[in-house]
Amino acid sequence: MSAAAAAPSRGAGIVGTIGRVREAGLVVILLALALGTFAVNPRFLSAQGVKDILLDVAVIALVAIGETVVLLMRQVDLSVSSIVGLTAYGAGALFAAHPNLPIPLVLVLGALAGGGLGAINALLVAHGRVPALVATLGTLYVFRGFDFAWVQGNQINATSLPPAFLRLATASLGALPLLALLVGLLVAGFGAYLRLYPGGREYFAVGSNEEAARLAGIDVARRLRRGFILCGAIAGLAGVLWLARFGTVDATAGTGLELRVIAAAVVGGVAITGGVGSVEGAALGALLLGTIANALVVLRVPSFWEQTIEGALLLAAITADLLISRATLRMMREGRRGG
Amino acid sequence: MTSETPASEPVLVARGITKSFGGALALRGASLAIEAGESHALLGENGAGKSTLVRILAGVLAPDQGELRLAGHPVRFRGPAEAQAAGISVIYQEPSLFPDLSIAENVLIGHMPRARFGTIDRAAAASRVAGMLGDLGVPLPPRRPVRGLSIAAQQVVEIAKALSNRARVLIMDEPTAALTTEECERLFAVVRSLRARGVAVLFITHRLEEAFAECQRFTILRDGALAASGPREAFAPAEVVRRMVGRPLDQLYPQRSSRTGDELLAVTGLTRAGSYEDVHFRVRAGEIVALAGLVGAGRSEVLRGIFGIDPRDRGSVRVAGCVVAPADPRAAMRAGLALVPEDRRQQGLVLALSIIRNATLAVPRAVRHFGLVSRRREGAVTRLWAARLQLKAHRLSDPVGTLSGGNQQKVVLGKWLATAPRVLLIDEPTRGIDVGAKAELHRRLAELRDHGLAIVMVSSDLPEVLGMADRILVMREGRLVGELRGADATEETVMLHATGQQDGARTLAAVPA
Repeated sequence: MSAAAAAPSRGAGIVGTIGRVREAGLVVILLALALGTFAVNPRFLSAQGVKDILLDVAVIALVAIGETVVLLMRQVDLSVSSIVGLTAYGAGALFAAHPNLPIPLVLVLGALAGGGLGAINALLVAHGRVPALVATLGTLYVFRGFDFAWVQGNQINATSLPPAFLRLATASLGALPLLALLVGLLVAGFGAYLRLYPGGREYFAVGSNEEAARLAGIDVARRLRRGFILCGAIAGLAGVLWLARFGTVDATAGTGLELRVIAAAVVGGVAITGGVGSVEGAALGALLLGTIANALVVLRVPSFWEQTIEGALLLAAITADLLISRATLRMMREGRRGG
Repeated sequence: MTSETPASEPVLVARGITKSFGGALALRGASLAIEAGESHALLGENGAGKSTLVRILAGVLAPDQGELRLAGHPVRFRGPAEAQAAGISVIYQEPSLFPDLSIAENVLIGHMPRARFGTIDRAAAASRVAGMLGDLGVPLPPRRPVRGLSIAAQQVVEIAKALSNRARVLIMDEPTAALTTEECERLFAVVRSLRARGVAVLFITHRLEEAFAECQRFTILRDGALAASGPREAFAPAEVVRRMVGRPLDQLYPQRSSRTGDELLAVTGLTRAGSYEDVHFRVRAGEIVALAGLVGAGRSEVLRGIFGIDPRDRGSVRVAGCVVAPADPRAAMRAGLALVPEDRRQQGLVLALSIIRNATLAVPRAVRHFGLVSRRREGAVTRLWAARLQLKAHRLSDPVGTLSGGNQQKVVLGKWLATAPRVLLIDEPTRGIDVGAKAELHRRLAELRDHGLAIVMVSSDLPEVLGMADRILVMREGRLVGELRGADATEETVMLHATGQQDGARTLAAVPA
């Protein structure tokens, strides 16, 4: 946290500084962890090892993009895991019936289906004024229920999927898996949108002070609608990619994903209280959690420790945020008096 | 469209506006006409319907009946965005900013300058906002987030935001409530230059002297209806007050303290780096001591330090001789301290909870019966204080958010009085409260003092400080720089101390500490 103290005391550029400190901190932890594990077991950073981590992280990081947009508005979407499950099975069923469907079409259909499910959340939250936590907890179960009713204990295996589709998850450009590259591009794209475009800034405004947003002429209901639909659409796309990655899908696909996604976003500096964060941060958070999970395997730590460590990291991240924001406020106060 | 308006045609007219909330009629046929290039004062007690009328003009609320005309054409706004696009900007009473966004983004929200590919041009935004803040005389760094800014600085950001729209009509709902005299003067200079450019300014204020100094026309609302309207020359101050409250105000401030008792509060060497330094003072029972000074001089921080909300670096606080543990509000409460905070909506009340719940929040034990909250006891405690403070409320079970500012403040006051304090710390007791309710709160405070309470008051309202305080302590940059007797002090002597030009004044008015 010494980097925070070195920030300019006049207060200028502190927004950016906090973000950079936060993300730089994550990168440092990530590097320390990776190099530490590498020292114990060099295979950890082999081309295959890195590729495994990136593939594991890609789907979480992707869903975290949409979740971040929703969290920025001081809302939450718990139903993403069920959307992933539904679209994963849907895509599988589609390929099983029509093996020659063009893959981009299925990706688009997945996003559309997810967007449709997200629209239900949007309707409940933006127009029904149901608190997002309750609304999306409800749809988490309802969507999963549909999934069970539809799948009926069936399973779709890699054998019934087109090989070209499965290559989506195995192909790579150099050391970089195609899947991770795709997610990276989306992260960069949405990150730029949220940072640089007035529409993107409105998500921050809504989460920072909803009433002020309304008074400033921002259509808050429309922002909420778009955020939830976007989050659903991205989860839908992630569902199709989930199928490509794992090759098999049943009714439980993606269960529990929602909490891992939220954890990744929070570790990555997205404030659960809205208004602060970035999709890049959330993606870094996902990468850190994924790296830890893999490091624990490589270090032969019993897998049940993984959750404990993830949880501890979450608490550490929140504590760090708290300390940084307190230090910043104090700094600004002193800057005000000194300047 | 803008320049063709003939000077005689009012730029904004509201006629026969009626608006009700549930069963309560907030406006009943209110009318208002503002002309281009004039400052127009909208006056009335809290609850007279001023804020509702403003919200209708701003497109936040739709009127039940009545019509709006902008530059001669009937208009109907479906939301704040439409009113803004039509050239109506509003500065609301409560700052409505985004704490996580930068100052520049707050000012230019909705119309950020664009660079290539439609992205926000941050450099252009920052330099434009820096220029605007410079014109307002408050050079805040535009890239800094709003979180942590003082209320006065936030108000400046609000003003810049409203001005950034190139408004034809600028509505200011109590813009000066949080500003110092100097900041007010700068604001009025800006308002005058806007007026010269043909902007119509609607000004809502509870400071009559401001209305008389800055506005050419007055409109007075009472109980949701038009009470009077006309040029300034047609009104004398007493007449304005009579129209507002429907009765003459006998005396603006209550009598000063007649006798003081034992020393109840002793503050010694109180220090918090960056906020205040080496603050010493004593307050006796039956005495009101005001901390005066510019916004940012550290007055509120001293109150927070005494009450133990913020930790302090050095110094001690004693109540009736007993040392109060630092940084422990509960200990402060046990010792007999009570703090009525500056921002009652954020810090003083839970707006969605009922009057009863709010009034009894600080005394959970007193309303408990066999470990459970007893509704009967809650009601009894609340009714006692509601009666003593003459709270005007429909039902005590109504949410506090539905009360007017003056009555909200009474609930906060009642909440703390229920703890039976010996020393009351009160921060900006009447900010945003209208003339009638203000005089009433002053009377209540004087009564409490006469019953032997020691009161420490922070106020940016100089007439209030001069009218209420038995002693005035002036702070500048975190230090106590002067002590004046309330009866002898004038606005000039206080300001001379507050701004650091007190050398001539010291011999006149300073009393040994």
